[in-house]
Amino acid sequence: MKRRDFLSGAVPMAALLPELINGYSVNAFTMQNSLVQALMRGETLTDHVLVIIQLSGGNDGLNTVIPVADYSKYFNARSNVAIPEAAVLPITGVTGTGLHPAMTGLQSLFAEGKAKVVQSVGYPQPNFSHFRATDIWMSGSNSNQDVYSGWAGRYLDYEYPGYPDGYPNASMPDPLAIQIGSSTSLTLQGPTRNMGLSITNPSSFYNLLSGATDYAPNTRAGKELTYIRQINQQTQGYASVIRTAANAVTVQAPYPTGNSLADQLKIVARLIKGGLKTRVYMVSFGGFDTHSVQVNTDKVTGTHATLLGRVSAAIKAFQDDLKFLSIEDRVMGMTFSEFGRRVRSNSSVGTDHGAAAPLFLFGSQVDPGMLGVNPTLPASATVNDNLPMQYDFRSVYGTILEKWFCLDKSVVQSLFPPNINSQLQTLPLVKQGACSGVTPPPLPPLQMAITNFPNPFTSRTTIQFTTEGGHTLLQVFDTLGRLITILANKEFVAGTHRIDFDSEGLPPGIYYARLQNGIAQEVRAMMKVR
Amino acid sequence: MNAAETSSIAAPFRTQSGLTPYSGPFTEAELVHLLRRTMFGVKRSDLSYFKGRSMNQVIGELLSPTAPSPAPPLKEYTIATTPGVNPDTAVARGTTWVNDINNDGTVQSLRRSSLKKWLTGNMINQDRSILEKMIMLWTDHFGNEATDIGYGNWVYTQHQLIRRFALGNFRTLVTNITTDVAMLRYLNGYLNNATAPDENYARELFELFTLGKGPDSRYTEADVKEAAKVLTGWTINFATYQPVFNSARHSSVNKTFSPFFNNTVITGRTGATAGTLEINDLMAMLFAQREVAKFIARKVYRWFVYYTIDAATEQNVITPLADIFRDSGYEIKPMLDALLKSEHFYDQMNRGCYIKTPADLVVGSIREMDVNFAPATDWDTNYGLWNTFFSWMSNMGQNLYDPPNVSGLPAYYQEPSFHELWITSDSLPKRNQYTDIMISTGYVRNNVRVQFNCVEWARSLYNPGNPNDLINGAISYLFQNTLSDVAKMQIKTQLLLTGQQWDYYWTNAWMAYESNPTTANFNIVNSRLRSLFQYLFKLSEYQLI
Repeated sequence: MKRRDFLSGAVPMAALLPELINGYSVNAFTMQNSLVQALMRGETLTDHVLVIIQLSGGNDGLNTVIPVADYSKYFNARSNVAIPEAAVLPITGVTGTGLHPAMTGLQSLFAEGKAKVVQSVGYPQPNFSHFRATDIWMSGSNSNQDVYSGWAGRYLDYEYPGYPDGYPNASMPDPLAIQIGSSTSLTLQGPTRNMGLSITNPSSFYNLLSGATDYAPNTRAGKELTYIRQINQQTQGYASVIRTAANAVTVQAPYPTGNSLADQLKIVARLIKGGLKTRVYMVSFGGFDTHSVQVNTDKVTGTHATLLGRVSAAIKAFQDDLKFLSIEDRVMGMTFSEFGRRVRSNSSVGTDHGAAAPLFLFGSQVDPGMLGVNPTLPASATVNDNLPMQYDFRSVYGTILEKWFCLDKSVVQSLFPPNINSQLQTLPLVKQGACSGVTPPPLPPLQMAITNFPNPFTSRTTIQFTTEGGHTLLQVFDTLGRLITILANKEFVAGTHRIDFDSEGLPPGIYYARLQNGIAQEVRAMMKVR
Repeated sequence: MNAAETSSIAAPFRTQSGLTPYSGPFTEAELVHLLRRTMFGVKRSDLSYFKGRSMNQVIGELLSPTAPSPAPPLKEYTIATTPGVNPDTAVARGTTWVNDINNDGTVQSLRRSSLKKWLTGNMINQDRSILEKMIMLWTDHFGNEATDIGYGNWVYTQHQLIRRFALGNFRTLVTNITTDVAMLRYLNGYLNNATAPDENYARELFELFTLGKGPDSRYTEADVKEAAKVLTGWTINFATYQPVFNSARHSSVNKTFSPFFNNTVITGRTGATAGTLEINDLMAMLFAQREVAKFIARKVYRWFVYYTIDAATEQNVITPLADIFRDSGYEIKPMLDALLKSEHFYDQMNRGCYIKTPADLVVGSIREMDVNFAPATDWDTNYGLWNTFFSWMSNMGQNLYDPPNVSGLPAYYQEPSFHELWITSDSLPKRNQYTDIMISTGYVRNNVRVQFNCVEWARSLYNPGNPNDLINGAISYLFQNTLSDVAKMQIKTQLLLTGQQWDYYWTNAWMAYESNPTTANFNIVNSRLRSLFQYLFKLSEYQLI
């Protein structure tokens, strides 16, 4: 397709909303700040960049990161889509867990020590609606709470309060965040209503580079349209800085073709290398809503394999390009999807909307390997079974803000809803020293046994747990991921404690007790019987 | 684009079509084109009302307003009173001030402000006719600045004169406005006397109001001076706000004009009727000139069609339109009737190329989005809200009744940019900011919130649970120039489906809201619809009708 043909059908882009970059819409988000306020406080001095990859549709986590150690339970739950054990790709330094066979790129990043998987990331009372779940993930809200700003948006608002007054300016001449892809991401929405109102740019990335505008018919209407678009482009305060950055980079490492995620990440690498001080980039890649025929008969290829193969190859190429461009120490990436999929597959050779799922981080500054353990699988999964969460997604965000963007933990907590902020864990996701020598505390030994007796139980069971001391959280979930109760949520002295769980009124079945203490967590399956 | 490129691509924009009656199909596309150009935005109730009627029926209705004139502006303002002195006690709040004589500057300033809010309200509440746009046209044509006139009462009187003749007889309108108190004040007619004639009004009468400055308008400087003498003797009675002819101040000499006017001599007169009789002679002389009709035809053309008048348009449209105008004795309706029914008006070349005025954008969007105000009885709320929208138009370059100068709005006379002057690096962000605010929070006064209710609006579209129908409906209704299918698909996926691949996720979310309108369900559809509309309103296409 000739470029002209493409552009003729392209959406002319507008403020806050996408410009087309190689066919992808780009949002130049700039958060608020007044120059005076910026000078008075000064933003955190870091050149770190976060690249957020949204996998839209709900990625099937169990077929992405496969619990090889529990293979029989895994296979029993989803024999019609289960990846053959022999095909699973091993992960360097991790036993009993492997990757989907299409993810060779990511596998090599693990081997290079530049990738991390966090197991079973979720939140209490999971929502199974794409829209609602996406809003929860982007805002960082609780399940039953409407929050109209995004977690990264609140971060940028903290760093650059008062935007757009006084922006761009000498200390922050560039967009605070740039989104490529989905144009409405709540993730980057700041708390103030005036956010981004002054941004207007209808032009595509190509046009930005060339100074041209989108196709318009050769009519009077076309003439006026072109005129308005030109004014729009002039009005965009960030047009020239983006153009300058993009034009500064002429050679990049190779990316796969026919891979829209790779196309997007290639632009991101170009803009970072080009010198933008932009802190957050967001890209998206869709199609993960695999209700049916997610695998071919060989179970190794198929829709889901193609998707994961592209994600893996795109991330690998991006990481290689960052290295080629000598900027890899500045960049960290994160994937997320609005939910995982059900443990048990359906008869359509697919999987339905689920709950907790693994999440990947990548970059040379990532603390590599795996955090968490294989998800706890039921021996015979029923249609409604979901994986219990091991890590709250807000703890992942919070850790990135604290350990990658180098915020004080108290600031991080202030960026999240009050009833979750005390529960935020600082997780080992980023290499020590990423924040100028600020090191995370050493890992406590992961041997806090959590047990319950009796098990199985009929109505009451006593949960015994060992804490290192400090804030300790003890939650009980059902197999749907619903939070049944919080048994403990306070400071404990170090040692072993007991708390009774009364299951009065609850149906028989599996319940998960989840203990969280500092950066550690552990989940215990408890069986209620008649 | 440099100037050379502009001229090199100008040729294809031309059209040879003329005033021949349009005989093609009169579909919704033609109807919407007609309504957008003649009204401020198109309410969907307007569209459904006119749908199915013939072009002649629709234009017949547009040119024959039947709605009663709006009730006069009210004293909605409060004025600080100092002990013993209340400059505005004669009028109670909530009643009209238009009949009250009051020479206090502060009071008149507040009345001017009240008038502007009221004008905005009239436009928002317009009937299904061309009237409000014609009132805006003639107000611009005569270019009076309320701030210079000073007296809100006088501005109101002039406005009522314009309203009365907006679709009537242009010659009568010019004759009457010549001795209108606001005009007498604005162009110094009230100071014009036999001893020292003030040429201000006479000059603008020729140059801006009737003959124009075209190449065929060859009146002389001496003609202006002679006309000024004709107009001597008119003053204003500040106790009654009426024009008064003072024959003692009138120049009773014969006034002799140039060969351009066939050496017309207006006989000098004395006595109480001298002023009126000589004005009548002056009008007869002026309106005998073919140039008057052409000048007005060009004005009307630029108001309703497009700003470029090339040789073909001059020959095929302006000249025959001027003939109709002139032959009818300067009746305005027959000229509009011919233009709005012409092949040229419906020529594809002339569709979707008209840059919205601030009024088209602000008032038009309020009407398009079916924004509800307070009941008419709640004047305090409504005037306050109208003021907000008056201010927005003003910030975008259109201060109702206070143009930059007597020439009126530059977008209607300033070569070569004309309408493009509406869009600047200052005004365009404001246009976007306005629609953003109307979507996100709107404005609140006395607990009445006016805003674009995206969910309610979407609900009244055809089949809003289907994202394709929803987007097609919104775009076809809001945009004169449609978007490509690829663009619509991107908008659907990115904005309404927020990245999801299946249409039914929107359908499910919509149905969930419809069947169970909880806050949570509302928020899911509302946040997506808001994004959709904010996006659509920021597209450059939205600035064109």
